[in-house]
Amino acid sequence: MRENSNKDEKTRSGAEAGRIGTEEEKNRFVREMAQKKYEYGFTTDVQTEIIERGLNEDVVRLISAKKEEPEWLLEFRLKAFRYWLTQKQPSWGHLTLPEIDYQAISYYADPTKGMKKDGPKSLDEIDPELMKTFDKLGIPLEERLALSGTAVDAVMDSVSVKTTFKEKLSERGIIFCSISEAVREYPDLVRQYLGSVVPYRDNYFAALNSAVFSDGSFVYIPKGVRCPMELSTYFRINARNTGQFERTLIVCDDGGYVSYLEGCTAPMRDENQLHAAIVEIVVNENAEVKYSTVQNWYPGDAEGRGGVLNLVTKRGHLRGANSKLSWTQVETGSAITWKYPSCILTGDNSQAEFYSVAVTNNFQQADTGTKMIHIGRNTKSTIISKGISAGRSQNSYRGLVRVAPKADGARNYSSCDSLLLGSDCGAHTFPYMDVHNDTAIVEHEATTSKISEEQLFYCNQRGIPTEEAVGLIVNGYAKDVINKLPMEFAVEAQKLLNVSLEGTVG
Amino acid sequence: MNSEQQYLDLFTANRELIDRNSAVAMNALREQAFADFARLGFPTRKVERYKYTDVAEAFAPDYGVNLKRVEFAVNPYEAFRCDVPNLSTSLYFMLNDAFWEKALPSAALPPGVVVCSLRRAAQEFPEKVEACYGRLARTGKDALNALNTMLAQDGLFVYVPRGVAVERTIQVVNLLRSDVGLMVNRRVLVVLEEGAQARLLFCDHAMDDRDFLTTQIVEVFAGENSHLELYELEETHVKNRRFSNMYVDQQRDSVVSLYNFTLHNGLTRNRTDVTLSGEGAETNLYGGVIADKEQHVDNNTLIDHRVGRCTSRQLYKYVMDDRSTGAFAGRVLVRHGAQQTVSEERNANLCATPEARMYSQPMLEIYADDVKCSHGSTVGQMDEQALFYMRQRGISLDEARMLLKFAFAGEVIDAISLEALRDRLRHLVEKRFRGELSRCSGCRMCK
Repeated sequence: MRENSNKDEKTRSGAEAGRIGTEEEKNRFVREMAQKKYEYGFTTDVQTEIIERGLNEDVVRLISAKKEEPEWLLEFRLKAFRYWLTQKQPSWGHLTLPEIDYQAISYYADPTKGMKKDGPKSLDEIDPELMKTFDKLGIPLEERLALSGTAVDAVMDSVSVKTTFKEKLSERGIIFCSISEAVREYPDLVRQYLGSVVPYRDNYFAALNSAVFSDGSFVYIPKGVRCPMELSTYFRINARNTGQFERTLIVCDDGGYVSYLEGCTAPMRDENQLHAAIVEIVVNENAEVKYSTVQNWYPGDAEGRGGVLNLVTKRGHLRGANSKLSWTQVETGSAITWKYPSCILTGDNSQAEFYSVAVTNNFQQADTGTKMIHIGRNTKSTIISKGISAGRSQNSYRGLVRVAPKADGARNYSSCDSLLLGSDCGAHTFPYMDVHNDTAIVEHEATTSKISEEQLFYCNQRGIPTEEAVGLIVNGYAKDVINKLPMEFAVEAQKLLNVSLEGTVG
Repeated sequence: MNSEQQYLDLFTANRELIDRNSAVAMNALREQAFADFARLGFPTRKVERYKYTDVAEAFAPDYGVNLKRVEFAVNPYEAFRCDVPNLSTSLYFMLNDAFWEKALPSAALPPGVVVCSLRRAAQEFPEKVEACYGRLARTGKDALNALNTMLAQDGLFVYVPRGVAVERTIQVVNLLRSDVGLMVNRRVLVVLEEGAQARLLFCDHAMDDRDFLTTQIVEVFAGENSHLELYELEETHVKNRRFSNMYVDQQRDSVVSLYNFTLHNGLTRNRTDVTLSGEGAETNLYGGVIADKEQHVDNNTLIDHRVGRCTSRQLYKYVMDDRSTGAFAGRVLVRHGAQQTVSEERNANLCATPEARMYSQPMLEIYADDVKCSHGSTVGQMDEQALFYMRQRGISLDEARMLLKFAFAGEVIDAISLEALRDRLRHLVEKRFRGELSRCSGCRMCK
């Protein structure tokens, strides 16, 4: 949170990238940027409009005013803020949360195009670690550029790409835009659904987000429409610097279908900062939503300094009969991850799925899992969670399966496995099962183990070095979840696993 | 109403009386326990380990407490014979919280073995009692430990010296007997020295149809290479509230098996904390619960693997009927460096009616990598196909259900090593499922 404004660095003038012609120059530029980041952190000035640090009612009003929001939304924010004031930061997670000074954060930052003041300096030094990482990820050079902090053209590209999509999408009546835009253009829809799944009183961070959320995306799929392409927030968050308190609202009307991807799929090296987002999903009758996340925020350095505090509330409400919601997440980043993508199965015969791979290394801490609340009849939920801990990290699965008294025929299967790499890490499982109905079948199983010596020996025997062998085995272990991801995401997620676990062997 | 206050007042008003009717070793911890209890208060349901049981509510009514140690007019030996056919035991009685010294078993125990009242033990072997009393059940964190330590005046002391094996099962029948609602604070201390072996059977019964509130703390010290089997059978009634905290400390290569069966009860909360502090130790926890009506059973376990090469197993099975509530929260903690730990945790539950509630929470907390840990939990109901199969063959629906329930609970019963007790328990469980009160034949209540 300290160096909050540094984030704005990522937004730059589009002309900048254009100047760099050849690939080699690009490479140099990347190296230079990378090195700079590692040695000095971001110090370049960008003309960014940042409001005063601190949080009070005036700040909430100011954010609302800057975004030209209607009166009802301001009221919503203020109610949330007043509620937040009465609450204490929860401490039940299996986490050591650093003290968060909420007054030291600036809650609104509007980056405008800034001019880069200093060009590339030394070109001969390379940070081999970062190059290796990029190589493994197979990210094209433009993206490397984008990811190393000069995201302008890539971002601008991405925006324009989105705009093209927008036209295509609107032909079918699909709305895909930022939530601020949605507030202006479709106030009725937003008003109807905002806070209906995650009310502002839900929890401490949800209240905070409801008070100060800056941006995020809004998706509306009309009745009977299958969204022809995957929707993604890939670069948008980088561009608009809304990473801190974004708010996503997805509404899928009767018989609709959408697959939504979220997160950054490459190492976005942020400084230690707070990320408290809300994702709300409404699934109506016969509709289906797939939500995939590959989260790779900056996890802090090998000593456990810095890193993102990822404190997110995600929830889907399966309102209609035969509705379907699937959460898939690959969590490799963040210093602290505290997130439970959940499902409320109200519609009869609704189905919910949760697939998760959480990798922690060094001093990372993850407390993640899901909640499946069965309310309708013949509802079904599946939970597959795979935890991998290495270094000195702590990785916890925490999940709740609740079967309400009227949820006849509810069915749940949960399986959470943990893999330990190294003797100083921890893997924990905290499943809760509350069954209030006699026709329910709820099953939970979990195992914890390390990679077997025999498997490693087998690979070694066949000429595969230990580090690669571990990568292979881990990927095999996580396959159940990764297979659920859309193709491009799956490839990157797989590579990400290897990167995240680099250096854990030997 | 502030439930704690009446207990604090009781203690302050009767401090002298409590001390006078107890022993020095027990009195020594009272002051601290009082301070701890005043500070902690009863745990609310927001406290993770008390999530499923409302403690304050159970302690709110005004119960009588027998601080003066008035002797109740009853001969338990005549009134109650908890027979286990084909099993000859050394039979002892605890009347409420007092050891019944008037009827001791005729067969002598092996030399050096002590089974007596805790108060007497504290006078006769003060160094042994002082070294152990309150060492495991710390008062600083658990309000029930503090409350019990503050008020407990007597209890049971079992001591098996080095290398002695007690062949005959030591059976202790805990009788609740009173003409008014009564609170009982019982304290049990079990010490097994190096290489000692013993088998203990605790049976809980209530003789009178009164409101009872029992707090019990059991501290078990299992020395190196010792073997202990401890059985607890609760067959009380719906007006009984039982809060039992059991603490076990195991040294190297010791084997402790704890069996807990709740066959009939009102509100039961069993907390079992096992600390494996010596390598090669093995612990087995088995629990069987059969609950109906409004009964409430909450088993809460913690197995703390402090060192490597230890094994722990847990199997808890619940059959929930009517509007009963069951909860199981088991936590296995494998500490940093406790390599080659093997741990299994299993909880299976059968909900037989729509109103029955089951909460299951099998947890693993692991800080070492060379371990094999697994847990599993299921909540379900009877197999329709199996029921259909039996009905096809002329077995009535009720009988078929009974058979299935019996088979389900059978897995825990089969784990009992003592054959006579196994048969006895099978019989009791069957009677229980048939809706008969599971009283022993020969008991005053059954006649």
